[in-house]
Amino acid sequence: MDSAAFNDPAAAHALVDTIAGLARGLPEVRLMEVCGTHTMEIGRLGIRQLLPDNVRLISGPGCPVCVTPAAYIDAAAELAASQGVCIATFGDLFRVPGNSRSFAQVKAAGAAIEVVASPRAALDLARKSSRPVVFTAVGFETTIPATAAAVKAAASEGITNLSFFVAHRLVPPALDVLLADPSLRISGFLLPGHVSAIVGAKAYGALINRGVPGVITGFEALDILAGICSLLGLLARKEVAVKNEYTRVVPENGNPAARRLMDEVYEPCDAVWRGIGMLSQSGLNLRPEFATFDASVRYGLKAFGDEMPEGCGCGSVLKGLIPPEECPLFGVACTPENPVGPCMVSSEGSCAAAFKYGGAR
Amino acid sequence: MCLAIPARVRSIQGTTAEVEVEGVVTSADLSVLPNVKIGDYVLVHAGLAIQKYDEEDALANLELIRELYRTVSDHG
Repeated sequence: MDSAAFNDPAAAHALVDTIAGLARGLPEVRLMEVCGTHTMEIGRLGIRQLLPDNVRLISGPGCPVCVTPAAYIDAAAELAASQGVCIATFGDLFRVPGNSRSFAQVKAAGAAIEVVASPRAALDLARKSSRPVVFTAVGFETTIPATAAAVKAAASEGITNLSFFVAHRLVPPALDVLLADPSLRISGFLLPGHVSAIVGAKAYGALINRGVPGVITGFEALDILAGICSLLGLLARKEVAVKNEYTRVVPENGNPAARRLMDEVYEPCDAVWRGIGMLSQSGLNLRPEFATFDASVRYGLKAFGDEMPEGCGCGSVLKGLIPPEECPLFGVACTPENPVGPCMVSSEGSCAAAFKYGGAR
Repeated sequence: MCLAIPARVRSIQGTTAEVEVEGVVTSADLSVLPNVKIGDYVLVHAGLAIQKYDEEDALANLELIRELYRTVSDHG
């Protein structure tokens, strides 16, 4: 079955009508999506324009690139620029500014930065070269099993010139922290489809404990409208539950083999989210048995804090406290061509989406 | 960043599959996805197949979505 069935206009209209009907019985509701792909698709499909005035969609910290601390970029760029290390990185990180420079800038100055589509490609780079290679292991649960597989492969093959600079972040602990902040007034969550494909519906138990519903949502037009419709249904019935509207991809229990692989290689740790700060048990470290593959051990890289460029509102945008347009830099000092903050530079950042497609009303 | 691409499995060797995405052939790691067969669709992210699904799963999901508006119009 191709994606056309999940973009059927007649069904989309029926969902939009149903959403309007459900919204009539509700006060203002604030629904947060926590996946950059949802942010972009909601903008591209013009979904905000289809919703009743009292249904607000707010973008949360759904882009792993946006929440990676600037000092992480600085440290990796410095390895490439002055220690002769080849940095292998996903393309998403390439243009993201650190405090002083981006990977793109150090590459332009002659440093070795290689864009790879998978952690296995970083393994291949290391196999073919005697040069030290550092892979930037960034991403949420969707990505973590792939980097864990590469760490295990490097260990079993004894590849000594490859290490991993780990800045993975975990979605469920971050949601719990957002919910603990009453100023955000979140009515419900559109939960990330592909993170959920790994963690499963049970991982979101913290939402239920805090009395907030969530719906696991896919990425086609009908998926997103169904997610909103289902969430409004839960709110209308005052039902606190996690529902799954992306059943073709997300089994109730996620992918247990992928989670076992993550657990084998990584252990949870406190971690800094750019613009948000330190969140308890929301990141991962390599387990001690893989410490020789840890770039921060190998190169003595320090733990990093959370510095933001002056005037940058990304911290408030990432928490959903303000829409991108309310940042004083938005569209003036900060544009996709000349970004200041991570939410504008990342192709899936809230500010980039708002700049490209028009944002909140 | 969490984009994952549906790909059809063409052949399997050990835990590595040759998969096809809209005519482009590439490889995918099957190590966290047991019981994949040739012809299955798998969702590939960063080189790793993270889930599989078939036509039946897609139809059932479509039906689940249709229920959302049917239920409401039936009742009111």
